[in-house]
Amino acid sequence: MTRYLLSRVGQAALVLWAAFTAGYILLQLLPGDSVLIKFQNPELGLSPEQIAEIRAYYSGGNPPLVDYLHTLLGFARGSFGYSIDTGTPVVERLAEALPETAKLASAGFLLAVLIALVIAFAAGYSRTSWIRGALLSMPSLFVSVPVFWLGIVLIQVFSFRLGLVPVIGGSPAQQLILPVLTLAVPISAPIAQVLARSIDQVYTQPFVPVVAAKGASRWWILWRHVARNAVLPTLTMAGLTIGELIAGSVVTETVFGRNGIGRLTEQAVNAQDTPVMLAIVVLAATVFVLVNLVIDLLFPVLDPRLEVAA
Amino acid sequence: MSLLDVRDLAVSYNGRRAVEGISFTVEPGETVAVVGESGSGKSTTAHAIIGLLPGNATVDQGQILLGDTDLATWSSRRMESVRGVRIGLVPQDPANSLDPVKTIGAQVGEVLRIHRRGDRRTIARRVVDLLTRVGLPEAEALARRYPHELSGGMRQRVLIAIAIALEPSLIIADEPTSALDVTVQRRILDLIDDLRTEFGTAVLLVTHDLGVAADRSDRLVVMKDGRIEEQGPSAAVLADPRAAYTKQLLHDAPALSVREFRTAEPPVREPAIVVRDLVKEFRAGPSAVSRAVDGVSFEVAHGTTHALVGESGSGKTTTARMVVRLTRPTSGTVEIAGAGPGRLFRRHVQLVYQNPYGSLDPRQSVAEIVEEPLRNFRLGDRAARRARVGDLLERVALPKDLLTRKPRELSGGQRQRVAIARALAVEPEVVVLDEAVSALDVTVQAQILDLLEQLQRELGLTYLFISHDLAVVRQISHTVSVMNQGRIVESGSTSQVFTDPGHEYTRELLAAIPEPVR
Repeated sequence: MTRYLLSRVGQAALVLWAAFTAGYILLQLLPGDSVLIKFQNPELGLSPEQIAEIRAYYSGGNPPLVDYLHTLLGFARGSFGYSIDTGTPVVERLAEALPETAKLASAGFLLAVLIALVIAFAAGYSRTSWIRGALLSMPSLFVSVPVFWLGIVLIQVFSFRLGLVPVIGGSPAQQLILPVLTLAVPISAPIAQVLARSIDQVYTQPFVPVVAAKGASRWWILWRHVARNAVLPTLTMAGLTIGELIAGSVVTETVFGRNGIGRLTEQAVNAQDTPVMLAIVVLAATVFVLVNLVIDLLFPVLDPRLEVAA
Repeated sequence: MSLLDVRDLAVSYNGRRAVEGISFTVEPGETVAVVGESGSGKSTTAHAIIGLLPGNATVDQGQILLGDTDLATWSSRRMESVRGVRIGLVPQDPANSLDPVKTIGAQVGEVLRIHRRGDRRTIARRVVDLLTRVGLPEAEALARRYPHELSGGMRQRVLIAIAIALEPSLIIADEPTSALDVTVQRRILDLIDDLRTEFGTAVLLVTHDLGVAADRSDRLVVMKDGRIEEQGPSAAVLADPRAAYTKQLLHDAPALSVREFRTAEPPVREPAIVVRDLVKEFRAGPSAVSRAVDGVSFEVAHGTTHALVGESGSGKTTTARMVVRLTRPTSGTVEIAGAGPGRLFRRHVQLVYQNPYGSLDPRQSVAEIVEEPLRNFRLGDRAARRARVGDLLERVALPKDLLTRKPRELSGGQRQRVAIARALAVEPEVVVLDEAVSALDVTVQAQILDLLEQLQRELGLTYLFISHDLAVVRQISHTVSVMNQGRIVESGSTSQVFTDPGHEYTRELLAAIPEPVR
């Protein structure tokens, strides 16, 4: 078991390194750079030679490989360098934005799971075929709704028409309601779909009538046996939606004007603020890798058959 | 008053009748066997009694009287108080009939928890008692283990423990031993018999195996196409069957019909198959190696049938796969007289699998399936191949109008005929049959066995026949090797092995064949 754990952690570290390197190379290949964007304004009156000097100052004038190793070492030690746009340490900018996004993303994810559970369980429990059909078509509807459009519609309906949620000046909790909903709806779709399908699949297993023959009620069968068995493929899917969660929060934060990682990403991209962008790439990769590592380690706990293989 | 009185019961699936007005009774403490082939309605009947018909099935008419209550009119929710309490179920497929993510103890205890029989500690104690009662060792440790850690026989014992937990007055055993090895099968049937005597429980035994039914039941109900063909005391039905269908079943059941042993002429040529010291090892862990096949040697004379018989895990299928070069042996040799190298080997040696449905491409038509080997070896032009496919279908006695059908439109027997026709397409001299008739109903099985014998006579084929079913082996083979744990424990002519077994394991296997007319 320890060997398995170590190898999995090693793999995770490898993935992170690969994400860092790919991010680094791609950002270096981008045409133009942040120095140009920031200092080319004619009002500043800087000559191309002076801009080149500033650039040399930021990069330390090192050859690319040395610069790469230098940055990698910095990241390994937790120092992400300085934002070119604002001149503040990248860590500070991340620390400012992270709590907002963490709140939004975790609440959004929880709500997505809840929506998925309700849809899949209702469909699994229902014996009326049109209700089942309606429930099972909801995920495809959800996934095809664009996040930005949903956000605007929700603001229109709940804030302006119904006046239920204040647009400006609500409590932090109130301000969270609509963005969380916007984020949760499309993410719930793949989870609901996979869960509903695996519930259907588990129902065809021969052990289900055996449980029924013990005198178990429909709910008992669904909750204690079918759901337990259906959760595994769903967990894999849930882990994969983490990527979508990060992408979704960029749009959601922009639509709702929230200061989070999403907004920071948008600003960094506009300013071609390479150190910030690289830090965000690595942060997103870390979250993704960690969540999926936890899920992988949960598998043998949830399905005893996998313990032998581990 | 009867314990169970089924009167004029009719069940249909999506409007199509599966059971058409059947009536029978089960008295307290007796075993009634419902016998029939697939599609006879026997399982539907059993499921209707315990109220576990699938969603697309409806009970159209009739009564299911358990004591004086008519279960046919009860809702599924109301049936929850009957299931497990008054009727227990022993299912067909022990491999998949336990929830894989719950412990054995939790699953046995569940029936007590559902019906609120005692607190956690009482239930835990009762679980250990029950597991011990069904003959499982170290019940306390076993209760903490998971289904995949148990053998098929042990799982079936667990399922029986669940069925008897609340001492129901009726147990429905739906093909309880079909998926088990013969020696395990006998012990499980013995256990059910013991429990029946101990608790006075009646058993409704649903089976396709007339041998098992005759051996274990007080009364027989013979079903065909949703109707009861014949019912009565088992001994009387067996001794003097009235219905033509029962007679045919008795004739076709290999365990019940005593035929002459097949004898081969003394071999004139060198043997068709020579297997020497065959060994196959599989990695069982980082450093552990398990020997699936451990020094197997045998010879098969031209034009004869050699059977490899053994239980699951005996290594017989691995041996067969090495003979047809689908698996590479760790050491040892297989020589097949006249077989070419590489791909040409496949023109000489062909394989027919157990599961005819799984081994036929569902998207191909029968004609395409049978033609494919000819196309692979570029034998003949289009017209010649078409003519050959027609000949092959005729050889295996399939009507020409099946040519355009897809596998799913065929019956199990027809599919296996298609698989045999495909194997014969390239005119092989050796055919390896891996449990080729095991999945078939007895009457179909008898027809396929006849077909195989006929083809062997006409084409001079050599068969290597892999089977767990001794009764079938007795009927088809000239010589036999009995395998156990990767080794051949005994081999010789069929008549010698069956009438004068030299090895203890062979005697055990033979004793396990249900044989009511010894």
